[in-house]
Amino acid sequence: MNSLDVARWQFGITTVYHFLFVPLSIGLSFLVAAMQTAWVRTGHPRWYQLTRLYGQLFLINIALGVVTGIVQEFQLGMNWSAYSRFVGDVFGAPLALESLGAFFLESTFIGLWIFGWDRLPRRIHLATIWITAIGSLLSAYFILAANSWMQHPVGYRINPATGRAQMTDFLAVLSNKVALITFAHTVAGAFLAAGAMLTAVALWRLMRGTGGPDDTPALRTGIRLGSWVTLAAGAALAITGDTQGKIMTDVQPMKMAAAEALYHTASPAPFSVLTIGSLDGSHPLLSLDLPRLLSFLATGSFSGQVQGIDNLQTQYQQLYGPGSYTPIIPVTYWTFRLMIGAGMLAVLTAAWALYATRRGRTPSSRWLLRTALVTPLLPLLGSAFGWIFTEMGRQPWVVFGELRTAEGVSPGVSAAEVLTSLILFTLLYAGLAVIETRLLLRYARAPLTSPAPPREAAPDEPPLAFAY
Amino acid sequence: MHLTTIWFTVIAFLWTGYFVLEGFDFGVGILAPLLGRDERHRGALLHTIGPLWDGNEVWVITAVGATFAAFPDWYASLTSGFYLPLVLIIGALIVRGVALEYRGKRPEPRWRRRAGIAVAAGSLLAALGWGAIIATMVHGVPMDATHTVTGGLSWILRPAALLGAATFLALFATHGALFLALKTTGELRTRARGAALRVGPPTVALLAAFLAWTVHPHHTGVTVALAAAAAACLAAAIGATARGRDGWSFAGTAVTIALTLAALFTSLYPNVLPSTLNPADSLTVAQAASSPYTLKVMSWAAGLFTPLVLLYQGWSYWVFRQRVMLPAPPAEPVRASGRP
Repeated sequence: MNSLDVARWQFGITTVYHFLFVPLSIGLSFLVAAMQTAWVRTGHPRWYQLTRLYGQLFLINIALGVVTGIVQEFQLGMNWSAYSRFVGDVFGAPLALESLGAFFLESTFIGLWIFGWDRLPRRIHLATIWITAIGSLLSAYFILAANSWMQHPVGYRINPATGRAQMTDFLAVLSNKVALITFAHTVAGAFLAAGAMLTAVALWRLMRGTGGPDDTPALRTGIRLGSWVTLAAGAALAITGDTQGKIMTDVQPMKMAAAEALYHTASPAPFSVLTIGSLDGSHPLLSLDLPRLLSFLATGSFSGQVQGIDNLQTQYQQLYGPGSYTPIIPVTYWTFRLMIGAGMLAVLTAAWALYATRRGRTPSSRWLLRTALVTPLLPLLGSAFGWIFTEMGRQPWVVFGELRTAEGVSPGVSAAEVLTSLILFTLLYAGLAVIETRLLLRYARAPLTSPAPPREAAPDEPPLAFAY
Repeated sequence: MHLTTIWFTVIAFLWTGYFVLEGFDFGVGILAPLLGRDERHRGALLHTIGPLWDGNEVWVITAVGATFAAFPDWYASLTSGFYLPLVLIIGALIVRGVALEYRGKRPEPRWRRRAGIAVAAGSLLAALGWGAIIATMVHGVPMDATHTVTGGLSWILRPAALLGAATFLALFATHGALFLALKTTGELRTRARGAALRVGPPTVALLAAFLAWTVHPHHTGVTVALAAAAAACLAAAIGATARGRDGWSFAGTAVTIALTLAALFTSLYPNVLPSTLNPADSLTVAQAASSPYTLKVMSWAAGLFTPLVLLYQGWSYWVFRQRVMLPAPPAEPVRASGRP
């Protein structure tokens, strides 16, 4: 392996890992803020219990999101210095704004929220979690604006003297249509992750009867709120995903063709549900198609023309010179389907949980209990597959139409150095995953805290009781 | 002043803010296992930085992000040139961050002891690493005409890098001890002041030697004055500690760190990364800078957000201004305090 391959693996591993924590943190911050608002407004103990339970899971999760984010800020320059020199004038601005406008907000106010329970007036303490949530949303927007510029560069020119990208219109970079739709889709995915987590933990506790009848009102609320959030997020994902597909067809037609393994331009084009056998354009063993659906997804018309891989390849060779402009088709084809499939399964589980708890019923199905154990993972897998699809579908480009991934790698960094850091981060991340999962499971089972009058008998390290 | 110079100053300011703030939480992290007699003590010591460390750390993320935006070549040469040291620093920051957040999540003393050691080790490694990198950044690196750093890791063992590492560590330990003296009471405070008085005097000598060596090749009236003021300020801070003036002595080490960084960045200017192979290959502020348009956009953003950040971060320091009390030993069996 050369340093390009290792650097790509490292970026893939560290970024997908980082993004396992991001959607849950964004979604949970808002749901916890909403629960605490309900507690402050109604004073009903169940909202306090839910705020504390999911607040802890949120904190355990975001801690890893924060620390794995440090890697992202550095590794673009460490492994991709040529890329950084090429894009810095444009790409650096949203990245710097993310720190200045969002990270400071998140990290300062999360500290105030964690330690402010007894120290801040109730409403100001409530405001700190909302500000944390808004910070996480802003951060998502800035980083997606940066990423979207790589998918669909706008608001720039290539400086003839340096051969590098130079920003000409910052508002165009921020209002990139790819950024706007990707933001909507990503945030919907964040709520899917949070809703599924909410439902699964409450369902599991209710069905195992861990806390006794006193916990039932809180847990039922958790299940039903989580399920409705999951369903709404699922609908939002379908709508935003549909729009995103049309924009993608417009700006990155090769990615859409690669998502479908569609080799020849077709009108109308069918949507392939699954394929058994080869995806290289020869006849597969079995292929399940829905006629005309791809035309609709890509163009909005059931008879619209969708360009095929072979035609685009010829077109790009004329435009950009000889070479392959086709991503790895089995990767794009399957990640696209796994993304959609994982999201749909999460929605189905939520619908099941809603049905099983209708009109005060207590669910008893053993299968539902088992499902609850895997449900929180489904949206995370969906996000991961979605990002692998988005990034792999852009290849061979790192900045679409402007810079190839192979041209972006650091010239002065050896394969051995990259490999060292790849091994180090992977081992560290694996260890952290084990510690985090154990903690999450422990806190998902911990007894619910009732809103006892504060300043009661001090446990050890009193102000640390919540977080430290 | 030219926009590029302003942005060089902004980057220097962000690094300074980072070391002034995270400097004391590195120090607290390193000192907690040494100063705390048991996990209860160590918990109280770490609690002084609990609500603050994460906000402090964002300063380095912002420094690096702003460097990417304002000086892409500086960002690219620096991060790829200091590859392995940065891997170690990032690893250390990850370990200490997780350990700080997870330490209180389980009640077992073994869990808390291990988390405390992870915080200390991570803080130690990061302090040493930043010292080596900043010192080497001012001294220069083997860099060719394409601004690619060559020659692998040989530079890291240069005396300048080692002295920088030792100086940063000692400075942050003193700064952290004084922060603890300011934020604790009773026995913990006495022990923290004792640590500051023990570590402080050798730190003055170390800092003076480090600054003399680093500033000498670039000495101007300004850099020499800044360096001298830094060493004098640290000596005054130690003096204030001896007289029991916790607030003044902590302010003194904060100003010392700021003056040290000012001396270093003033020595660096107008380069951002000097080349030891050929001075003509050094990367300068003008070469590394983004286009005037990008710098203008960034200036508006910084002008808008920086006062806000200072305001609310300042407010969070105000909210957590009280000294942390050492809790009385529990009379009854300890309640599982990691639980919600």
